[in-house]
Amino acid sequence: MKQNRRNFLKTIGIAGAAAAGLKTNEAIAAPESILSDERMGVLVDTTVCIGCRKCEWACKLEHDLPTPPIGEYEDRSVFKNMRRPDKGSLTVVNEYENPSNPKGPIDVKVNCLHCDHPACVSACIVGAISKRENGAVVWNTDKCIACRYCMVACPFQIPAFEYDTALQPDILKCDFCYDRSKEGKIPACIEICPVEAMTYGKRYEIIELAHKRINREPDRYIDHVFGEHEAGGTSWVYLASRGFDALDFPKVGNKPMPGTSESIQHAIFAYFIPPFALYALLGGIMWLSKNNADSEEET
Amino acid sequence: MNEALKPTPISKKFITPGVIVIILVAANGLMFLLVRFLFGLGSMTNLDNQYPWGLWIAVDVAAGVALAAGGFTTAALGHVMHKEYYHAIIRPALLTAMLGYTFVAFGVVVDIGRPYLVWHPLVYWNGNSALFEVGICVMTYMTVLYIEFLPIVTERFIGKVNMPGMLSRLNKLVEWLLRILDKGLSKVMFAFIIAGVVLSCLHQSSLGTLMIIAGPKMHPLWQTPILPLLFLLSAIAVGFPMVIFESLIASHSLGLKPEKEILSRLSTYVAPFLGVYLAFKIGDIVIRETFVYLTELNVVSILFFVEVVIGVVVPLRMFLSRAVRKSTVGIFVASALVIFGVLLNRINNFVTAYTPSYSMGQTYFPSIGEISVTVGFVALLVLLYRACVMIFPVISTPHKVTISKSKYSIRGASK
Repeated sequence: MKQNRRNFLKTIGIAGAAAAGLKTNEAIAAPESILSDERMGVLVDTTVCIGCRKCEWACKLEHDLPTPPIGEYEDRSVFKNMRRPDKGSLTVVNEYENPSNPKGPIDVKVNCLHCDHPACVSACIVGAISKRENGAVVWNTDKCIACRYCMVACPFQIPAFEYDTALQPDILKCDFCYDRSKEGKIPACIEICPVEAMTYGKRYEIIELAHKRINREPDRYIDHVFGEHEAGGTSWVYLASRGFDALDFPKVGNKPMPGTSESIQHAIFAYFIPPFALYALLGGIMWLSKNNADSEEET
Repeated sequence: MNEALKPTPISKKFITPGVIVIILVAANGLMFLLVRFLFGLGSMTNLDNQYPWGLWIAVDVAAGVALAAGGFTTAALGHVMHKEYYHAIIRPALLTAMLGYTFVAFGVVVDIGRPYLVWHPLVYWNGNSALFEVGICVMTYMTVLYIEFLPIVTERFIGKVNMPGMLSRLNKLVEWLLRILDKGLSKVMFAFIIAGVVLSCLHQSSLGTLMIIAGPKMHPLWQTPILPLLFLLSAIAVGFPMVIFESLIASHSLGLKPEKEILSRLSTYVAPFLGVYLAFKIGDIVIRETFVYLTELNVVSILFFVEVVIGVVVPLRMFLSRAVRKSTVGIFVASALVIFGVLLNRINNFVTAYTPSYSMGQTYFPSIGEISVTVGFVALLVLLYRACVMIFPVISTPHKVTISKSKYSIRGASK
């Protein structure tokens, strides 16, 4: 019996040490996500965009995706159906009717909004996605196991997957031209835009600029900067002349997407106290009930 | 004890006409799997960028884990609470859980795009991810289940090691190793048993946390912050019904007398657990006022209704009835309903409730290939279960020799 009890304590001790090790390792291995105050942002002014889709072309070229000649992008029939980013294109432009000006449709460029509190970063089982200092949410192929939980988590439905690849399929999403930014260049789509529909700068300046534009021309815009608060804030923010619902922006609320799930996760594993309390409780019950069973047998 | 039940390998012919049918079903699933591995997930599933998770995650993984809950619930009852009366059902439940989790692992390997990197979560950690927690706990618990099964293996072979030819020289060594293993295991087994229960509680609930991050993409009837609790409660509730269901099928298929008394007594535990689960489920839709969605008639509301009424309320009423608990057919049907309810709940949570932010055409429905693989895995599991109970002493049969009452006795020492 004594032997057993000592074993019992020893085992618990070892498990405890293992858990302590777990904690420190986690700090090292956790994804290098940073929410920098100086992160960059982009203001997309949908009232300026003319739907030339040069950004789509430049994006494909930049990311080594199959790129049709630029002449083909003049074909406006693609606007008949709503398109979404997929394995072949990380950004697409969709066109919507403009009730106040039938001749000037509203064009909306769609790509990853680079959330301040990204659901995909929180969800990723191996921490393959991270929020970088410049604001970019970047996917790392070396860690990814392609479980597609990021796609389940993303409220904007951005990550795409190579379903027809058997070996080493990728998750694809806009990376804010992370490699270009390291060389001090601005994203390819913004660089090529002929009408400057997008403005690149520090996020706090971008937000300021957005409100300035609304104040200057209150008839041109609705008083809403999409992405300022949505999903806890995004790096890319939008201005529009009509409600964002009508432009197929999803209703996501203003709470960061990972909020609830992370607080549950952290409550269950608060310093590993709940699991060990349960372990100790069950151990106690086991010990007591064993003694009961033994004494019953003796009598 | 007036009846001496002893776990014994069942001697019966492995192949029967029924078994041949099951083999064909399994082979059909494996053929579709081959297509998946040669041409990618898109070639035989209906998954796309809008619906990244489908039948495999809902059934093979989520429901698979829930329906293997018989392992930890019986371990808690028999080993932690020391209800010796139920010892006859612990081993079959353990085997079911062990095989169940093995197939959960297969399910994950098949579903992820890069199966050969399935070990990555061991190296790259993300403590914020519910899926990471599920992954680590499932891997650890599966190991624990295999360790818990080891004594059954040593029991089978100690004193019977007889390898042919050249290997016969090693007989004594293997025998000695088995005895050392058995002796060591018997001393630390309690730690693994408790760990198994703790790990189960952790990942059963974390499976519920998985879909919370999908936020508004999930239907309000199911999207609730108490999802982890509901998953844990339903897993505990389905544990004993699964043991009853599986035990009755096994004894019928193997031509044994059903362990009627034990199962009937076990069934008295089901109603309280099921009742608590139902209370939380109802309380949840009342407090969040999501019951308003039940007033509109559509697929979603019907499936919710079926899940709760046929899967929980009806079997709860059945398990409360003494007459039902005394009848073999009664507990079989009631158990089957609970299992159906939990299966449907997992499908609802992962498939029915999920609406993509942008729908680009058809709503997801599993392809023939996906269904074939899932059904094929179940068939393979049944075949492996049958093989295991024929090789190892898992199922208890009435026996002349009484065994030592001490729980961790040294096998083969009494001879």
